[in-house]
Amino acid sequence: MKIGVLALQGAVREQIRQIEQLGCEGIEVKSQADLQGLTGLVLPGGESTTMRKLLDRFQLLEPIRSLAQKGLPMFGTCAGLILLAKQVAGRNEPHLGLMDIVIERNSFGRQVDSFEVELSVRGVGDDIPAVFIRAPHIVSAGEDVEILARLDGRIVLAKEGHYLGCAFHPELTEDIRIMQYFVEMVNKTLLAKNSSI
Amino acid sequence: MKQVGTETVKRGMAEMQKGGVIMDVINAEQAKIAEASGAVAVMALERVPSDIRKAGGVARMADPRIVEEVMNAVSIPVMAKARIGHIVEARVLEAMGVDYIDESEVLTPADEEFHLLKSDYTVPFVCGCRDLGEAARRIGEGASMLRTKGEPGTGNIVEAVRHIRKVNGQVRRVVGMNEDELMTEAKILGAPYELLVEIKRLGRLPVVNFAAGGVATPADAALMMELGADGVFVGSGIFKSENPEKFARAIVEATTHYKDYQLIAEISKELGTPMRGIDIATLQISERMQERGW
Repeated sequence: MKIGVLALQGAVREQIRQIEQLGCEGIEVKSQADLQGLTGLVLPGGESTTMRKLLDRFQLLEPIRSLAQKGLPMFGTCAGLILLAKQVAGRNEPHLGLMDIVIERNSFGRQVDSFEVELSVRGVGDDIPAVFIRAPHIVSAGEDVEILARLDGRIVLAKEGHYLGCAFHPELTEDIRIMQYFVEMVNKTLLAKNSSI
Repeated sequence: MKQVGTETVKRGMAEMQKGGVIMDVINAEQAKIAEASGAVAVMALERVPSDIRKAGGVARMADPRIVEEVMNAVSIPVMAKARIGHIVEARVLEAMGVDYIDESEVLTPADEEFHLLKSDYTVPFVCGCRDLGEAARRIGEGASMLRTKGEPGTGNIVEAVRHIRKVNGQVRRVVGMNEDELMTEAKILGAPYELLVEIKRLGRLPVVNFAAGGVATPADAALMMELGADGVFVGSGIFKSENPEKFARAIVEATTHYKDYQLIAEISKELGTPMRGIDIATLQISERMQERGW
Protein backbone atom coordinates (compact mmCIF):
# COMPACT_ATOMS: atom_id res chain seq x y z
CA MET A 1 0.00 0.00 0.00
CA LYS A 2 1.26 3.43 -0.93
CA ILE A 3 0.17 6.10 1.52
CA GLY A 4 1.03 9.67 0.62
CA VAL A 5 1.76 12.46 3.08
CA LEU A 6 1.17 16.00 1.89
CA ALA A 7 4.69 17.42 2.21
CA LEU A 8 4.32 21.14 1.59
CA GLN A 9 5.23 21.94 5.20
CA GLY A 10 4.84 20.48 8.68
CA ALA A 11 5.33 17.21 10.55
CA VAL A 12 5.85 15.02 7.49
CA ARG A 13 8.73 12.84 8.72
CA GLU A 14 6.76 11.63 11.77
CA GLN A 15 3.79 10.53 9.64
CA ILE A 16 6.03 8.68 7.18
CA ARG A 17 7.74 6.91 10.09
CA GLN A 18 4.40 5.64 11.45
CA ILE A 19 3.22 4.58 7.98
CA GLU A 20 6.43 2.61 7.46
CA GLN A 21 6.19 1.05 10.93
CA LEU A 22 2.90 -0.44 9.77
CA GLY A 23 4.57 -2.03 6.75
CA CYS A 24 3.22 0.42 4.17
CA GLU A 25 5.12 2.65 1.78
CA GLY A 26 5.13 6.34 2.76
CA ILE A 27 5.34 8.84 -0.10
CA GLU A 28 6.02 12.57 0.20
CA VAL A 29 3.51 14.49 -1.89
CA LYS A 30 4.79 17.83 -3.16
CA SER A 31 3.33 17.97 -6.65
CA GLN A 32 0.51 16.53 -8.76
CA ALA A 33 2.74 13.72 -10.07
CA ASP A 34 3.25 12.40 -6.53
CA LEU A 35 -0.49 11.74 -6.22
CA GLN A 36 -0.39 8.92 -8.78
CA GLY A 37 -1.14 5.43 -7.50
CA LEU A 38 -1.81 6.35 -3.88
CA THR A 39 -4.11 4.17 -1.79
CA GLY A 40 -4.45 6.76 0.98
CA LEU A 41 -3.39 10.31 1.82
CA VAL A 42 -2.38 11.88 5.11
CA LEU A 43 -2.76 15.64 5.57
CA PRO A 44 -0.27 16.35 8.36
CA GLY A 45 0.00 18.94 11.10
CA GLY A 46 1.66 22.25 10.39
CA GLU A 47 0.26 25.69 9.65
CA SER A 48 -3.02 25.43 7.75
CA THR A 49 -2.73 28.94 6.27
CA THR A 50 0.72 28.12 4.87
CA MET A 51 -0.41 24.78 3.46
CA ARG A 52 -3.43 26.40 1.83
CA LYS A 53 -1.29 29.03 0.06
CA LEU A 54 1.04 26.31 -1.22
CA LEU A 55 -1.86 24.04 -2.28
CA ASP A 56 -3.10 26.92 -4.42
CA ARG A 57 0.27 27.94 -5.85
CA PHE A 58 1.24 24.41 -6.81
CA GLN A 59 -2.25 23.55 -8.10
CA LEU A 60 -2.91 20.68 -5.71
CA LEU A 61 -6.26 21.69 -4.24
CA GLU A 62 -8.48 20.47 -7.09
CA PRO A 63 -6.57 17.20 -7.78
CA ILE A 64 -6.74 16.24 -4.09
CA ARG A 65 -10.41 17.16 -3.86
CA SER A 66 -11.20 15.09 -6.92
CA LEU A 67 -9.29 12.04 -5.59
CA ALA A 68 -11.19 12.35 -2.32
CA GLN A 69 -14.50 12.47 -4.14
CA LYS A 70 -13.49 9.31 -6.02
CA GLY A 71 -13.07 7.58 -2.65
CA LEU A 72 -9.39 7.96 -1.74
CA PRO A 73 -9.16 7.57 2.07
CA MET A 74 -7.78 10.68 3.78
CA PHE A 75 -6.54 11.29 7.30
CA GLY A 76 -6.10 14.87 8.51
CA THR A 77 -4.35 15.77 11.77
CA CYS A 78 -4.57 19.26 13.28
CA ALA A 79 -3.88 21.56 10.31
CA GLY A 80 -4.82 18.63 8.05
CA LEU A 81 -8.19 18.41 9.81
CA ILE A 82 -8.75 22.11 9.11
CA LEU A 83 -8.04 21.43 5.42
CA LEU A 84 -10.58 18.57 5.38
CA ALA A 85 -13.47 20.43 7.03
CA LYS A 86 -16.50 21.62 5.05
CA GLN A 87 -16.68 24.70 7.21
CA VAL A 88 -13.99 26.65 9.06
CA ALA A 89 -15.29 29.11 11.68
CA GLY A 90 -14.43 32.68 10.67
CA ARG A 91 -13.78 31.85 7.00
CA ASN A 92 -16.20 32.26 4.14
CA GLU A 93 -14.78 29.40 2.12
CA PRO A 94 -13.38 26.08 3.37
CA HIS A 95 -10.10 24.63 2.06
CA LEU A 96 -10.70 21.14 0.63
CA GLY A 97 -14.23 21.18 2.07
CA LEU A 98 -14.72 17.41 2.21
CA MET A 99 -15.69 16.28 5.68
CA ASP A 100 -19.07 17.29 7.07
CA ILE A 101 -17.82 19.13 10.14
CA VAL A 102 -17.44 22.69 11.37
CA ILE A 103 -13.97 23.37 12.72
CA GLU A 104 -12.63 26.14 14.93
CA ARG A 105 -8.92 26.97 14.83
CA ASN A 106 -6.64 27.47 17.87
CA SER A 107 -9.59 26.68 20.06
CA PHE A 108 -7.59 25.47 23.07
CA GLY A 109 -5.56 28.72 23.25
CA ARG A 110 -2.03 29.71 22.35
CA GLN A 111 1.15 27.63 22.63
CA VAL A 112 1.49 28.11 26.42
CA ASP A 113 -1.93 26.40 26.72
CA SER A 114 -0.88 23.43 24.54
CA PHE A 115 -0.93 20.13 26.40
CA GLU A 116 -0.76 16.36 26.33
CA VAL A 117 -3.36 14.04 27.76
CA GLU A 118 -4.60 10.44 27.56
CA LEU A 119 -7.79 9.95 25.59
CA SER A 120 -10.35 7.25 25.26
CA VAL A 121 -10.90 6.54 21.56
CA ARG A 122 -13.89 4.46 20.50
CA GLY A 123 -12.83 1.13 19.02
CA VAL A 124 -9.12 1.88 19.50
CA GLY A 125 -8.31 2.09 23.21
CA ASP A 126 -8.86 4.09 26.37
CA ASP A 127 -5.23 5.09 26.91
CA ILE A 128 -4.30 6.89 23.70
CA PRO A 129 -1.60 9.54 24.23
CA ALA A 130 -2.72 12.74 22.55
CA VAL A 131 -0.61 15.86 22.01
CA PHE A 132 -2.62 19.05 21.43
CA ILE A 133 -0.61 21.94 19.92
CA ARG A 134 -2.50 25.15 19.26
CA ALA A 135 -5.15 22.64 18.38
CA PRO A 136 -8.49 23.08 16.61
CA HIS A 137 -11.64 21.22 17.61
CA ILE A 138 -14.75 20.04 15.81
CA VAL A 139 -17.58 22.36 16.81
CA SER A 140 -20.32 20.32 15.16
CA ALA A 141 -20.61 17.32 12.89
CA GLY A 142 -23.14 16.11 10.32
CA GLU A 143 -25.29 13.07 11.06
CA ASP A 144 -23.09 10.67 9.05
CA VAL A 145 -20.05 11.56 11.12
CA GLU A 146 -19.01 9.03 13.74
CA ILE A 147 -17.55 10.65 16.85
CA LEU A 148 -14.53 8.67 18.04
CA ALA A 149 -13.20 10.85 20.85
CA ARG A 150 -14.12 13.88 22.90
CA LEU A 151 -12.17 15.97 25.38
CA ASP A 152 -14.05 18.13 27.87
CA GLY A 153 -17.11 17.59 25.70
CA ARG A 154 -15.39 18.80 22.53
CA ILE A 155 -15.10 16.49 19.53
CA VAL A 156 -11.42 15.81 18.78
CA LEU A 157 -11.48 12.69 16.60
CA ALA A 158 -14.12 11.71 14.06
CA LYS A 159 -14.71 9.57 11.00
CA GLU A 160 -17.00 10.07 8.05
CA GLY A 161 -16.92 7.37 5.39
CA HIS A 162 -13.36 7.37 4.07
CA TYR A 163 -12.31 10.51 5.99
CA LEU A 164 -10.62 10.46 9.38
CA GLY A 165 -10.07 13.76 11.19
CA CYS A 166 -8.00 14.30 14.31
CA ALA A 167 -7.44 17.52 16.27
CA PHE A 168 -4.29 16.27 18.01
CA HIS A 169 -0.96 14.72 16.99
CA PRO A 170 -0.72 10.92 17.28
CA GLU A 171 2.45 11.14 15.16
CA LEU A 172 4.37 12.92 17.95
CA THR A 173 4.09 9.82 20.14
CA GLU A 174 5.37 6.26 19.81
CA ASP A 175 1.78 4.98 19.78
CA ILE A 176 0.73 3.92 16.26
CA ARG A 177 -2.83 2.76 16.97
CA ILE A 178 -4.55 5.73 15.31
CA MET A 179 -2.46 5.38 12.17
CA GLN A 180 -3.24 1.67 12.27
CA TYR A 181 -6.93 2.55 12.38
CA PHE A 182 -6.45 4.65 9.23
CA VAL A 183 -4.49 1.89 7.48
CA GLU A 184 -7.39 -0.47 8.22
CA MET A 185 -9.75 2.09 6.62
CA VAL A 186 -7.48 2.09 3.56
CA ASN A 187 -7.53 -1.73 3.53
CA LYS A 188 -11.31 -1.85 3.64
CA THR A 189 -11.54 0.64 0.79
CA LEU A 190 -9.18 -1.49 -1.30
CA LEU A 191 -11.15 -4.69 -0.57
CA ALA A 192 -14.44 -2.99 -1.44
CA LYS A 193 -12.94 -1.76 -4.72
CA ASN A 194 -11.58 -5.20 -5.63
CA SER A 195 -14.83 -6.99 -4.83
CA SER A 196 -16.80 -4.55 -6.97
CA ILE A 197 -14.74 -5.37 -10.08
CA MET B 1 -4.91 14.88 33.28
CA LYS B 2 -3.80 17.65 30.96
CA GLN B 3 -0.10 18.51 31.16
CA VAL B 4 1.10 21.80 29.71
CA GLY B 5 4.66 22.79 28.84
CA THR B 6 6.00 19.25 28.52
CA GLU B 7 9.03 18.49 26.38
CA THR B 8 6.80 16.79 23.78
CA VAL B 9 4.45 19.76 23.62
CA LYS B 10 7.29 22.30 23.34
CA ARG B 11 9.36 20.35 20.82
CA GLY B 12 6.23 19.30 18.95
CA MET B 13 5.34 22.91 18.26
CA ALA B 14 8.65 23.31 16.40
CA GLU B 15 8.05 20.06 14.49
CA MET B 16 4.90 21.68 13.06
CA GLN B 17 7.00 24.54 11.67
CA LYS B 18 9.27 22.27 9.61
CA GLY B 19 9.70 23.08 5.96
CA GLY B 20 8.47 26.59 6.65
CA VAL B 21 9.73 30.16 6.78
CA ILE B 22 9.63 32.33 9.92
CA MET B 23 9.81 36.05 9.16
CA ASP B 24 10.93 39.04 11.23
CA VAL B 25 8.26 41.78 11.38
CA ILE B 26 8.09 45.09 13.20
CA ASN B 27 4.36 45.89 12.99
CA ALA B 28 0.90 44.53 12.16
CA GLU B 29 1.14 45.52 8.51
CA GLN B 30 4.35 43.54 7.96
CA ALA B 31 2.93 40.62 9.95
CA LYS B 32 -0.06 40.48 7.60
CA ILE B 33 2.21 40.54 4.55
CA ALA B 34 4.23 37.68 6.05
CA GLU B 35 1.11 35.62 6.81
CA ALA B 36 -0.33 36.22 3.35
CA SER B 37 2.91 35.05 1.75
CA GLY B 38 2.71 31.72 3.59
CA ALA B 39 5.04 32.26 6.57
CA VAL B 40 4.59 29.58 9.26
CA ALA B 41 5.27 32.11 12.04
CA VAL B 42 6.44 35.66 12.57
CA MET B 43 9.08 37.08 14.90
CA ALA B 44 7.87 40.36 16.42
CA LEU B 45 10.70 42.86 16.81
CA GLU B 46 11.27 46.56 17.30
CA ARG B 47 13.92 46.62 14.58
CA VAL B 48 15.13 44.02 12.10
CA PRO B 49 18.76 42.90 12.65
CA SER B 50 20.28 45.13 9.95
CA ASP B 51 18.72 48.19 11.64
CA ILE B 52 19.88 46.99 15.06
CA ARG B 53 23.36 46.80 13.55
CA LYS B 54 23.08 50.35 12.18
CA ALA B 55 21.57 51.82 15.35
CA GLY B 56 24.23 50.44 17.68
CA GLY B 57 23.81 50.86 21.43
CA VAL B 58 21.95 48.31 23.54
CA ALA B 59 19.30 46.22 21.78
CA ARG B 60 16.55 44.99 24.12
CA MET B 61 13.27 43.05 24.04
CA ALA B 62 10.71 44.82 21.82
CA ASP B 63 8.12 47.19 23.24
CA PRO B 64 5.30 44.85 24.41
CA ARG B 65 2.85 46.99 22.41
CA ILE B 66 4.54 45.93 19.18
CA VAL B 67 4.40 42.27 20.21
CA GLU B 68 0.74 42.64 21.17
CA GLU B 69 -0.08 44.42 17.90
CA VAL B 70 1.48 41.57 15.92
CA MET B 71 -0.29 38.91 18.02
CA ASN B 72 -3.61 40.60 17.30
CA ALA B 73 -2.91 40.91 13.58
CA VAL B 74 -2.27 37.27 12.61
CA SER B 75 -3.50 33.75 13.39
CA ILE B 76 -0.12 32.06 12.80
CA PRO B 77 2.25 31.66 15.79
CA VAL B 78 4.10 34.73 17.05
CA MET B 79 7.65 34.56 18.37
CA ALA B 80 9.61 37.28 20.14
CA LYS B 81 13.20 37.80 21.24
CA ALA B 82 14.58 38.11 24.77
CA ARG B 83 18.18 39.00 25.60
CA ILE B 84 20.49 36.08 26.44
CA GLY B 85 20.11 35.38 30.17
CA HIS B 86 17.40 38.01 30.72
CA ILE B 87 15.01 36.06 32.95
CA VAL B 88 12.49 38.88 33.28
CA GLU B 89 12.23 39.74 29.57
CA ALA B 90 11.55 36.04 28.96
CA ARG B 91 8.96 35.85 31.74
CA VAL B 92 7.24 38.99 30.43
CA LEU B 93 6.99 37.52 26.92
CA GLU B 94 5.69 34.25 28.39
CA ALA B 95 3.08 36.13 30.42
CA MET B 96 1.96 37.93 27.24
CA GLY B 97 1.33 34.54 25.64
CA VAL B 98 3.86 34.64 22.80
CA ASP B 99 4.12 31.21 21.19
CA TYR B 100 7.92 30.91 21.15
CA ILE B 101 10.80 32.91 22.63
CA ASP B 102 14.11 33.36 20.83
CA GLU B 103 16.91 33.76 23.39
CA SER B 104 18.82 35.73 20.85
CA GLU B 105 22.32 37.01 20.21
CA VAL B 106 20.74 39.63 17.93
CA LEU B 107 19.94 41.52 21.15
CA THR B 108 22.67 42.68 23.52
CA PRO B 109 23.27 39.91 26.08
CA ALA B 110 22.05 40.57 29.62
CA ASP B 111 24.29 37.84 31.04
CA GLU B 112 27.69 36.97 29.62
CA GLU B 113 28.03 33.82 31.67
CA PHE B 114 24.65 32.10 31.95
CA HIS B 115 21.92 31.39 29.43
CA LEU B 116 18.31 30.97 30.59
CA LEU B 117 17.20 27.72 32.21
CA LYS B 118 14.62 27.20 29.53
CA SER B 119 13.26 23.95 30.96
CA ASP B 120 11.72 26.09 33.74
CA TYR B 121 9.28 27.80 31.37
CA THR B 122 5.96 26.69 29.88
CA VAL B 123 6.67 28.61 26.68
CA PRO B 124 9.16 26.92 24.33
CA PHE B 125 12.49 28.50 23.32
CA VAL B 126 14.63 28.60 20.21
CA CYS B 127 18.36 29.34 20.50
CA GLY B 128 21.24 29.96 18.11
CA CYS B 129 24.19 27.62 17.64
CA ARG B 130 27.42 27.48 15.67
CA ASP B 131 28.48 23.92 16.47
CA LEU B 132 27.20 20.77 18.14
CA GLY B 133 28.63 21.67 21.55
CA GLU B 134 26.70 24.92 21.62
CA ALA B 135 23.58 23.18 20.24
CA ALA B 136 23.76 20.47 22.90
CA ARG B 137 24.30 22.97 25.73
CA ARG B 138 21.21 24.90 24.67
CA ILE B 139 19.15 21.68 24.47
CA GLY B 140 20.56 20.76 27.88
CA GLU B 141 19.16 24.03 29.25
CA GLY B 142 15.80 23.19 27.73
CA ALA B 143 15.73 24.77 24.25
CA SER B 144 13.02 23.05 22.17
CA MET B 145 14.28 24.28 18.83
CA LEU B 146 17.62 25.40 17.39
CA ARG B 147 18.74 27.66 14.60
CA THR B 148 22.13 28.43 13.18
CA LYS B 149 23.46 31.78 14.35
CA GLY B 150 24.84 32.78 10.98
CA GLU B 151 25.63 36.47 11.01
CA PRO B 152 22.36 38.37 11.47
CA GLY B 153 21.56 41.51 9.50
CA THR B 154 24.27 40.99 6.89
CA GLY B 155 22.31 39.39 4.03
CA ASN B 156 25.40 37.20 3.69
CA ILE B 157 24.75 33.45 3.83
CA VAL B 158 28.37 32.40 4.42
CA GLU B 159 28.21 32.14 8.23
CA ALA B 160 24.89 30.25 8.24
CA VAL B 161 26.41 27.79 5.76
CA ARG B 162 29.47 27.38 7.98
CA HIS B 163 27.30 26.71 11.04
CA ILE B 164 24.86 24.23 9.49
CA ARG B 165 27.72 22.28 7.90
CA LYS B 166 29.58 22.24 11.19
CA VAL B 167 26.62 21.07 13.28
CA ASN B 168 25.49 18.42 10.80
CA GLY B 169 29.06 17.18 10.25
CA GLN B 170 29.51 16.80 14.00
CA VAL B 171 26.14 15.01 14.30
CA ARG B 172 27.22 12.53 11.60
CA ARG B 173 30.49 11.98 13.45
CA VAL B 174 28.71 11.25 16.74
CA VAL B 175 26.25 8.90 15.03
CA GLY B 176 29.17 6.96 13.54
CA MET B 177 31.12 6.70 16.79
CA ASN B 178 31.40 3.69 19.06
CA GLU B 179 29.57 4.15 22.33
CA ASP B 180 32.81 4.03 24.31
CA GLU B 181 34.01 7.12 22.41
CA LEU B 182 31.07 9.34 23.37
CA MET B 183 32.24 10.51 26.80
CA THR B 184 35.51 11.83 25.38
CA GLU B 185 33.58 13.49 22.54
CA ALA B 186 31.27 15.08 25.14
CA LYS B 187 34.32 16.46 26.94
CA ILE B 188 35.82 17.82 23.71
CA LEU B 189 32.57 19.43 22.55
CA GLY B 190 31.52 20.66 26.00
CA ALA B 191 28.23 18.83 25.40
CA PRO B 192 26.08 16.88 27.88
CA TYR B 193 27.00 13.19 27.51
CA GLU B 194 23.37 12.00 27.64
CA LEU B 195 22.53 14.16 24.64
CA LEU B 196 25.28 12.62 22.53
CA VAL B 197 23.94 9.18 23.47
CA GLU B 198 20.49 10.32 22.36
CA ILE B 199 21.81 11.79 19.10
CA LYS B 200 23.58 8.54 18.31
CA ARG B 201 20.41 6.56 19.04
CA LEU B 202 18.17 8.85 16.94
CA GLY B 203 20.68 9.41 14.15
CA ARG B 204 19.94 13.16 14.34
CA LEU B 205 19.44 16.06 16.75
CA PRO B 206 16.49 15.53 19.11
CA VAL B 207 15.01 18.95 18.18
CA VAL B 208 14.33 20.81 14.95
CA ASN B 209 17.21 22.94 13.60
CA PHE B 210 16.38 25.90 11.34
CA ALA B 211 18.76 28.10 9.36
CA ALA B 212 19.13 31.76 10.30
CA GLY B 213 21.48 34.69 9.98
CA GLY B 214 22.02 35.84 6.41
CA VAL B 215 19.20 34.45 4.23
CA ALA B 216 18.43 37.09 1.57
CA THR B 217 17.18 35.29 -1.56
CA PRO B 218 15.03 32.26 -2.51
CA ALA B 219 18.23 30.47 -3.57
CA ASP B 220 19.77 31.14 -0.12
CA ALA B 221 16.74 29.57 1.56
CA ALA B 222 16.87 26.54 -0.77
CA LEU B 223 20.62 26.20 -0.14
CA MET B 224 20.05 25.95 3.61
CA MET B 225 17.36 23.30 3.08
CA GLU B 226 19.75 21.42 0.79
CA LEU B 227 22.35 21.46 3.57
CA GLY B 228 19.89 19.86 5.98
CA ALA B 229 18.11 22.73 7.73
CA ASP B 230 14.55 21.89 8.84
CA GLY B 231 13.29 25.35 7.85
CA VAL B 232 14.39 28.96 7.54
CA PHE B 233 14.29 32.18 9.54
CA VAL B 234 14.48 35.35 7.45
CA GLY B 235 15.32 38.48 9.37
CA SER B 236 16.13 41.57 7.37
CA GLY B 237 15.98 39.70 4.04
CA ILE B 238 12.30 40.34 3.42
CA PHE B 239 11.44 43.82 4.62
CA LYS B 240 14.80 45.28 3.58
CA SER B 241 14.37 44.02 0.01
CA GLU B 242 12.92 46.15 -2.77
CA ASN B 243 9.68 44.17 -2.94
CA PRO B 244 8.83 42.44 0.38
CA GLU B 245 5.62 40.75 -0.87
CA LYS B 246 7.39 39.12 -3.79
CA PHE B 247 10.48 38.18 -1.80
CA ALA B 248 8.41 36.67 1.01
CA ARG B 249 6.35 34.56 -1.37
CA ALA B 250 9.35 33.42 -3.40
CA ILE B 251 11.33 32.43 -0.30
CA VAL B 252 8.37 30.37 0.99
CA GLU B 253 8.04 28.58 -2.36
CA ALA B 254 11.79 27.93 -2.67
CA THR B 255 11.88 26.47 0.86
CA THR B 256 9.15 23.93 0.04
CA HIS B 257 10.53 23.01 -3.38
CA TYR B 258 14.21 23.44 -2.64
CA LYS B 259 15.26 20.81 -5.14
CA ASP B 260 13.12 22.14 -8.00
CA TYR B 261 15.70 24.35 -9.69
CA GLN B 262 13.52 25.33 -12.63
CA LEU B 263 10.91 26.58 -10.21
CA ILE B 264 13.52 28.52 -8.23
CA ALA B 265 14.72 30.11 -11.48
CA GLU B 266 11.15 31.06 -12.34
CA ILE B 267 10.30 32.61 -8.98
CA SER B 268 13.64 34.45 -8.81
CA LYS B 269 12.97 36.38 -12.04
CA GLU B 270 12.61 40.14 -11.66
CA LEU B 271 12.23 40.02 -7.90
CA GLY B 272 13.96 43.37 -7.56
CA THR B 273 17.00 44.14 -5.44
CA PRO B 274 17.60 41.99 -2.36
CA MET B 275 18.72 43.64 0.86
CA ARG B 276 22.17 45.17 0.65
CA GLY B 277 24.73 42.70 1.97
CA ILE B 278 27.83 43.05 4.13
CA ASP B 279 31.13 41.21 3.60
CA ILE B 280 31.81 39.46 6.93
CA ALA B 281 35.53 40.25 6.58
CA THR B 282 34.74 43.95 7.00
CA LEU B 283 33.14 43.37 10.43
CA GLN B 284 35.21 43.77 13.59
CA ILE B 285 34.95 40.85 16.02
CA SER B 286 33.00 43.17 18.34
CA GLU B 287 30.45 43.75 15.56
CA ARG B 288 29.84 40.02 15.06
CA MET B 289 26.61 39.02 16.81
CA GLN B 290 27.47 35.32 16.53
CA GLU B 291 30.23 35.76 19.13
CA ARG B 292 27.59 36.51 21.77
CA GLY B 293 26.65 33.57 24.01
CA TRP B 294 28.79 30.44 24.37
